[in-house]
Amino acid sequence: MREMETLSNRLASGAVLLVDGATGTMLLERGLEPGKAPESFTLSHPEVLEDIARQYVSAGADIVGTNTFGASPMRLELYGLADRAEELNREAVATVRRAAAGRAYVAGSVGPSGAMLTPHGDTDPRDVYENFRSQMQWLADAGVDCVCVETMLDLTEATLAVQAAKDVSPHTPVTATMTFDETPRGFFTVMGVSVEAAAAGLADAGADAVGSNCGSGIEVMIRIAEEFRRVSDLPIIIQPNAGLPEIEGGKAVYSETPEFTADRARLLIDAGVRIIGGCCGTTPDHTRAVREMVNEHQGAA
Amino acid sequence: MGLLDQIAEGVINGDDEQVAQLTQQVIEQNRPPKQILDVGLIAGMNIVGQRFKAHEIFLPDVLLAAKAMYAGMDLLKPLLIAQGIPSVGRVVIGTVRGDLHDIGKNLVGIMLKGAGFDVIDLGRDVAPEEMVRAAKEQDAAVIGMSALLTTTMPAMGEVVQLLKQEKLDGKIKTIVGGAPVSKDFAHGIGADAYGFDAANAVDRVRQLVGA
Ligand code: B1M
Repeated sequence: MREMETLSNRLASGAVLLVDGATGTMLLERGLEPGKAPESFTLSHPEVLEDIARQYVSAGADIVGTNTFGASPMRLELYGLADRAEELNREAVATVRRAAAGRAYVAGSVGPSGAMLTPHGDTDPRDVYENFRSQMQWLADAGVDCVCVETMLDLTEATLAVQAAKDVSPHTPVTATMTFDETPRGFFTVMGVSVEAAAAGLADAGADAVGSNCGSGIEVMIRIAEEFRRVSDLPIIIQPNAGLPEIEGGKAVYSETPEFTADRARLLIDAGVRIIGGCCGTTPDHTRAVREMVNEHQGAA
Repeated sequence: MGLLDQIAEGVINGDDEQVAQLTQQVIEQNRPPKQILDVGLIAGMNIVGQRFKAHEIFLPDVLLAAKAMYAGMDLLKPLLIAQGIPSVGRVVIGTVRGDLHDIGKNLVGIMLKGAGFDVIDLGRDVAPEEMVRAAKEQDAAVIGMSALLTTTMPAMGEVVQLLKQEKLDGKIKTIVGGAPVSKDFAHGIGADAYGFDAANAVDRVRQLVGA
């Protein structure tokens, strides 16, 4: 197998890269009880995680994320798992690396700490930085190719995570995405962060790509992407949900099909998005459909 | 602006020091504690709730307002207790099994306390059996459930079912709420009430206990 080009080079080349889709909602399908930490699967069911990652690689993902979204010590503490944090990060990376087998980059996923920072909350930002720094160190030691800071709501928290990643490993690319709601005054996170503020703050912190994940289906994401394009020169990363969940027979279902997603993903590329992935409700079938579209698109260009 | 309006304003601005200082001032003027609570603290928090729903303000403002409201409530609590203002009823609240979101539930809890209810907060990730057991043990009139995840909403239906099985429905009433929860959903699972925000939750719980 040929040596993979570095991710930084791929990004610099202007290629459109695909990140995988959801892990959490896939785990719910494969037996994770709602309310149990998805990270607990890393130790109890590594074969399931490896299988999911393998499916995303086969479907054509260039980048596959680790099951570490909630694996920072503070977040794991909510589930009484903080003392397993290092192991959970290390094993999660090893699992995806086996599945990627040199065909895809391994991205360390890092989500919110779950704490509210002062002044409106009670947690000292320095503790949040240390929290992320520990996780970033474990991910770096395990050899991730990049870090995806995602689903962030608070800009201070997001920038602390990006800084921690860069402090630990300055040359590892970091993508940073936040989750926006549509309001009468435009897109804001629930903490009141605008797209413009997010783009500026995340770039300052050292992010190599900025954008949005979760919270909306692809049509709203196209508009969020256009707004990022207007205010940022960095590569844009977008990971929509497969729509918003609706309850059917006691289960959450997502309505956007792979075909629909691939069709609209074309508009994401037109809006200047360079890294496309999926969040809640997306599956390897979504990745495969987008892959085909991107191949055609790039073949045509 | 009267002092009570200024207290409301302080809550809206999330200024805990101002709220504490003004509350102390009106207490010293012998204003009835219940009036300070209703016309000052709760009136302010109601406006905060409305503005948040309308996306005019964001979560940090709500959290700061809640802190400010607490600063005033801490001063009023001993007076309310000393005056022996009877509890309007006992409510057990919690976020349902599998759900760790508690900001909305906490706001509902504060507002219920403010309205004179005796609130027992079971926290988050509370199993249906635990909700029912606590309500029985504490002799609560109402179980209040919050859910923020589409995947955890069904646990609310389980509580309603458990109450039915134990023939407690009617005796222990249920109210549900949280962003993904709707009136239709509440109706569908057989809950007794649905609260769309904290202020509305208080009104509905009042109706449930006939207070
Ligand atoms: C008893 O009667 C009543 C009556 C009225 C009641 C009531 C009860 N309870 C509430 N009300 C009502 O009154 C309140 C006051 O007006 C209102 O309460 P609310 O709770 O609605 O409103 C609060 C005042 C403010 N709102 C909130 O506090 C929720 C805000 C958002 C940003 C949110 C937060 C903060 C968090 N989250 Co999460 N989070 C989101 C939310 C996105 C958003 N933009 O809203 C939401 C809810 N989260 C979501 C998700 C998916 C998740 N979260 C998760 C985690 C977290 C944090 C820990 C980071 C944090 C929670 C911190 C905490 N201590 O609560 C994870 C789940 C963890 C778990 N098992 O619970 C995770 C699964 C993320 C992940 N991939 O790991 C989404 C749910 C999608 C869905 N519908 O299922 C979400 C909508 C974000 C999104 N855009 O996708 C009313 O609803």
